This record gives sequence, C-alpha cells and structure tokens, in this order.
Amino acid sequence: MLRILHDTNYDFIRWWKWAIGITVAFLVIGLGSLVIKPPNWSIEFTGGTLMQVEFNQPADVARIRSSLDNAGIHGAEIQQFGSNREYTVRAQDAAHVQTQASGAESIAVKIESVLKQQFGADQLRIVRTEAVGPRVGEELRRGAIIAILISFLITMIYLAIRFDWRFGAAALIATAHDIIGTVAFLALMRLEISLTVVAGLLTVLGYSLNDTIIIFDRVRENLRKGRKESFYETLNRSINETLPRSILTHATALASTIALLIFAGEVLRPFAWVMTFGIITGTFSSIYIAAPVLLWIERKWPRKTGGVRQSSSTAMPTSPTRRSPATATR
Amino acid sequence: MSLKWRIAIIFGLIAASIWTLFPRTVVERVKRNGEFVYDTVRRVPLKRGLDLQGGMHLALEIDESKGAVADKGRAIDDALTVVRNRLDEFGVSEPVVQKAGADRIIVELPGIDDPRRAQDVVQKSAYLEFQITDETQALEKALPRLDAVLKDKKVATGTATGGQRDSAPAAPGLQSLFTADTTKKTDSTRTDSAATATAGGPGAFSKLIQQGRMPGEFYVAQSDIPLLTQYLTMPEVQAVLPPGKVVRWSSDTVSLGNSIYRPIYVLDAKPIITGEYITDAKPNSDPIEGNLVQFTMNNEGARRFRTETARHIKDYMAIVLDQRVMGQPPVIQSAIGANGQITMGGKPLQAAQDLALVLRAGSLPVPLKVVDMVQIGASLGQDSIKKGITAGIIAIALVILIMVGYYRFAGVLAVAGLVLYILYTLAALAGFNAVLTLPGLAGFILSIGIAVDANVLIFERIREELAHGKTIRTSVDEGFRHAMSAIVDSEVTTALTAAVLYQYGTGPVRGFAVTLLAGIAASLITAIFVVRTFFLVWLNRSPNTRTLSI
Repeated sequence: MLRILHDTNYDFIRWWKWAIGITVAFLVIGLGSLVIKPPNWSIEFTGGTLMQVEFNQPADVARIRSSLDNAGIHGAEIQQFGSNREYTVRAQDAAHVQTQASGAESIAVKIESVLKQQFGADQLRIVRTEAVGPRVGEELRRGAIIAILISFLITMIYLAIRFDWRFGAAALIATAHDIIGTVAFLALMRLEISLTVVAGLLTVLGYSLNDTIIIFDRVRENLRKGRKESFYETLNRSINETLPRSILTHATALASTIALLIFAGEVLRPFAWVMTFGIITGTFSSIYIAAPVLLWIERKWPRKTGGVRQSSSTAMPTSPTRRSPATATR
Repeated sequence: MSLKWRIAIIFGLIAASIWTLFPRTVVERVKRNGEFVYDTVRRVPLKRGLDLQGGMHLALEIDESKGAVADKGRAIDDALTVVRNRLDEFGVSEPVVQKAGADRIIVELPGIDDPRRAQDVVQKSAYLEFQITDETQALEKALPRLDAVLKDKKVATGTATGGQRDSAPAAPGLQSLFTADTTKKTDSTRTDSAATATAGGPGAFSKLIQQGRMPGEFYVAQSDIPLLTQYLTMPEVQAVLPPGKVVRWSSDTVSLGNSIYRPIYVLDAKPIITGEYITDAKPNSDPIEGNLVQFTMNNEGARRFRTETARHIKDYMAIVLDQRVMGQPPVIQSAIGANGQITMGGKPLQAAQDLALVLRAGSLPVPLKVVDMVQIGASLGQDSIKKGITAGIIAIALVILIMVGYYRFAGVLAVAGLVLYILYTLAALAGFNAVLTLPGLAGFILSIGIAVDANVLIFERIREELAHGKTIRTSVDEGFRHAMSAIVDSEVTTALTAAVLYQYGTGPVRGFAVTLLAGIAASLITAIFVVRTFFLVWLNRSPNTRTLSI
C-alpha cells in the first residue's frame, strides 16, 4: 500500500498567524493593484470589439497600429496571439463602445477594411470577431454580478442547513477568502475577466466549499467521539486525517487544470489559471482560514449544551511553544 | 440488489450510451455549389456550439434611430418571422432564429463563411417602392434657397463623416472635397487639383450636382458624396428641400469621361406601389442587362400597378429598394402588369440571389440593428477542438497515473469507472441535445480530474476501515457507506453553482454549466454504483482473499 502523509500528526494550526499574514498581504497587494489599475474586463462586460486576425506573412504591430490610427481607431490594444502571424485587436474605449450603440458591428467592419486596405485583402483572414454593443455589455455585467450574488446566497443557505452557524460562518469566510483571493490573483496576473472566467470563479466557490466541508465533517465526527483533547487538537487531528484525501483529489484536479493551462490554447488559458489557483487557494483556506476562524468562533462563543464537549478550555495557539509534545512533527 | 442486476444495469447503461453516441445518418441541410440541399450526413450526434464549429451569432434589436416604433412587441414578432423565412432559404445547415427577452432576436448561423453577406440578408429592410422621378424641376427651383442656407451656416468646417448608411467608397481625404470647383453641366475634364474654393462659398449646394439624363436625375462626383450626404442630413437643408419630393441615391455609379459619378434622384414622395404585393422573385442573368431579379405580383398588386403605370406613360419610374434607386429608372412605355424586374447593375449573381430571397420573404417591418455579434472561423473552432482533445488526453493520462500509481488495483477499478464516466457524460450530453461549447469542453476536462474525487474519498475510507482491522468485505461496505455523505456534499455544492450558471449564463457559459451537471450525474453513478459493483465482482471471484491492493 502506497501511502503519502498517512497517519501524520502535523500541527497545522500552529502556523495560522503566518498563514493569515501571507494571505492578508496577498489580498492587499492584489486588491491594491486594482485600485491603481482597474481590472482587465473582457469586451463581453465593457462592450467593444475584439478581432483576431491571421496574416499570411509575419506582420508588424507598429504597422497595424498606424493603419488603425489613420482610420480613426485610436487606443486599440494590439496583442500577439500565439505566433507572430496572429494578432488580436481590441477596441474597448468608451468612445468606440458608444459608436457601437447604433450597430455593434461598425468598428469591426472598419478594422477589417482598414487592415485589408493596408495589407492586401488576400493577405489576412479574420478568424474571430466579437462585437458587443453597450447595452448587451451592461446586461452581461449585471448577469454576472447576479450569478455571483445568488451563488453566495445559495451557499449560505446550504451551509445553514448543513452545519450550525459556527461551522457555517467559518466555511463562508474561507470561501469568501477564496473568491477574493482569486480576484486578487486575476488582478496581479492581469488576466482578462470574461464570462468564462466568472464561471471558473463560481466553480472555485463550489470546489473550495466542498474541501472545507470535508474537513469540517471530520471535525464533527471527531467531536462526537468525545476524545479527551482540546478543540485545537481535534482540528489538527481532523486536518491530518483528511490529508491524504486532500492531496490526492487536489493532485487529480490540478492534473486537469494544468493540462488545460498548457494544452488547451490561449482562449481557455485565463479560465485554466483561475481553476489552478482556485484549487490551490481552496486547499489552503480550508486549513488555514476555515479552521482558525472556527477555533476563534468556538472560543468566543463556546458551546453550552449538546453532545459536544465544552471547548472553553480551547486555547488559541497564540504561543506555539505551548503546544503539547503530542503535536510534534516527525 | 443482486450482483447480476448491478452488472445488467451497468451494461444496459453502456449499451444505451453507445447507442446514443453512435454515428448516425441525419437529414441535414448542406451547402453544395452555393445551393443548399437536404442531404443525409453521418455523424456523431453531439451538437457543437458556434465557438467549436465556427459560425456567427447575432443579437438584433429594433433600430429606433430613425423614428420610434409604437408597438415594439408586435414589430419584433413580425421581424422574427421575416428573418426566419429569409434564413430558412439562406443556405446554412441549421439556422437558429429565436426571440430573447421582449425585444431581441437571436440569430445563429453555424458554419457560415461570409458573415458580412449573412448579416446583410438578416438586416436588409427589403422595402421596395416604385416612385416616379420628379418632372417639375423642383430641385432646380430650390437650389438658390439651398445655397443660401448653406452660406448662412458657413459650412466651411465640412468634416465629412463618411456617409451614414452610405456604402460609397470614402473620399480619399478632406482636401479633395474642396477641389470640387467644377460647376453644373460640365461633365467633362475635372482635375482633382483644381482651384480651392471654400465650401460654403457661393453655390455650396448647386456646385456639387449636375443635371443627369432624365428629369429628376443629378450626378454627383464620387469625391463629393460624403459632403452632399452631410448637407442632406442637416435639418436646415431638409427644411428647404422641395415638399412632396424625396431625394434618393442610386445604388450604381456612372462613369463619364474619366470621372465617376453617383446619380442622385428627386422622386415623388408617394410611391405608386410598394413591394408588399410581391409573391415571387427569382434571380436571373441577362446578356445585356446583367444580373437581375424578376418578380411577380399578386392580382391586387398587378391591377394597381397596371392602373398607376397607365397614368404615368412616358414618365421615368425609379425602383427604390431600402431608399436606394436600383439601376437606371426605365421609362414607362405602356402599362405594366404583374411582372417586373430589378437590374442589379454590376453586382454579382449572388447579390441577385440574395435580393430575390429577401423579396420573397418580405420586407422587415422595422429596421434592425446588431447589438451583439460573434463570428468564429471554422478553422479556429477545429483548432479549439484539437487542443481540447489534447488537453483532455493529457488530463486523463495524468489522472490514470496518479490513481493507479497510488491505489494500484483499486486505482485500476477507479480508472475503469472513469472510462465509463466519460462515456456516460458524453451520452448524457448527446441524449439531452445539449450543445458542447469551448467552455463546456474545458468544464468536461476539468470534471475528469474532479470525477475521481469520489473514488478517493471512498478508497481513503476503506483504507481506514482496513486499518481498524476489519475484513475486506466489511471495509469495502463501510467505506462506501461512510464516504457517502461527503460525496453527496461535494456533488451538491458543484451542482448548485452549475445551476446558477445555467440560469444566468449566456450561450458558451451555459454549455459549461450543462457539462458540469452531466458530469456530476455521471460521476455519482460511476463512483457509487459502478466502482462498487467492480469491487463486489472482485470480492465474489476471490472470496478468500486476505489482501486488498488499495
């Protein structure tokens, strides 16, 4: 029997201060960068025009830009897409979007004719066009926000049914952390936030919640067994017991997202990044956000009745040195 | 449940899945030599979204920029019918035309290779009018006033904003606009570097036009078109245009000497008849007149047309399609009955085909504008599929490596379950006629990694039970039983988000939600039922085993 990290007895929670420090720093940097530079919304949300053009010969960005500028399409973003024969042209300015109010295709038609004039009609092919008028952009934006809010609401209801408020609150905080953390990651990586990325974000929500639930289930089970140990120790025991399962499931899930990241092409890459990061942060938060928060809640509002033993004796691991030898790592 | 039943159900599901996914012959519209025909095609019945197949997605709304529409709901329904009729004949394999919300039409054209043309067919108003050209010299009489208005306005700014709906080739630059010094009736040598009269000077309007060959016809030099178009949109100019008349551009150009001109016509505002009576239209090619569309009117239309044309013998009749005069207005020799034709000028036969098509389908009751457009080349879709399959294979290989490497024999059972998982998921997608989109493909690949999650939960439980010294059979039973709640949890949390995405997502994201949902169902079946049956079979076949490779 091959075993990874079986029967371990790591004192995970001992490092909670470090973990929270790192996570807060990451969130501050990530969200701070959003203040400096707004997120990279895809044209689905802002409205605008995106064209993917394939040239027969390697093309020069400067030449594409100058011909667009000459045609009055200023501020278009031109990016190489894979090889140096393929480029995306993105016109996302408020002015361009407004022009599209009377016909979403107008800018796209203009870009195409300008490029064909400049490079020769048979020298390039329009591989993809997305033209979103301002009204549709606004609707999609609203739809995405509603989807996120409703997901959160449903998650809360589910947690309320599934757990008592202590566990529920801790799980919710951990899940919120993952969503915010993934947004911070998107901001730092300057990844484009598209509808697919929002879908990925919601999938992360489900995935990370599931991870937390599995650990919490184990905590509940261990509490019922009524061992003579502090809540702190129960948490650590539960995390350790579920460790092989966590590692295995995350390994297979990561195998999928990394395959997507490397092989599935440019279009899906932002989604693959979101999922990869989300799985990692979901694992992290189940251990280092959900558990310490639960510990803190249990200490602040101790359980009074029921089969669960009083946990007022639970000590916050303010001083890790105080831990008993039982938690010593190998 | 007895083992026999379990096996029977598994094989039943496999058979059903294979049957659902088996390539079958379907009657499909395919394009052949530019014509669409019904034909049988053999293919796997998995519907691909536009992003994988290539094609075009259009969202259209009523364009109210040229006047408000009173009954929007009715107008959009009528427009929907017209668009549907047009696209049914357009030659796309499976066009989708549907209403979205209260005031939007969604059009999806898979595999389209000429998006511009498709959009034209959808959006063309196809409003046909027959109007008599003006014979009262109304414009000539109005010219002094027009010039005066422009002088007052001091329209020297002349920023030619490249004609509104004008498909005329844009003027090379502002400079050439101001070289239009040539006055009327000199349709000869006009050099582009002539004097530089400032626009807005004397005769700003009249210097742009010259009398044509028939009453009500005027020629405008190609380079002056944007400027004149701009003048014509000014409210002050419109106010002094002759009453009861309309000004319409020609769809063709004429070349006189070495300059190119576009005729503009002054027409009686009231059409003698409109295209609503047309019952049939077909494209044709004539050696002299080039490509044209021949149309037939119904009895009522024919009667009206005959009476009206009888009253206008020796007059010129402009055939105006969507406010553009088609070809040169012919002189009415004698009363015309049910049949007529529209010449296409130098346009290709395909343009005649498209025009015939839209005339048959009827005119759009309201102008439509595009609010959202996505066009994906077929090659890009192919490329996405190819890359997706590569990623999928790699993901499967990695998952197999991890599962078999770690759980050995049990891992092999899990992998066998995974194969069935893939089969069931695809079959569910095909069976429910779901559309596989690019995000859906990504979701599917992702779900491969997540599907074994349930197996891992179960196997870890079994290991724990074994560690507690229970027998293999008990451990397997207990493992499955205890892992159940955790599995249901994980599936429920994913299913909830997928449901929300399905409800609030658009096309591609919906595809993602659907694959996720199909995957959840399939993974529940495989992890809880199929893999368990595998264990039971193994336990039955080696009842005395003391070790379980897990």
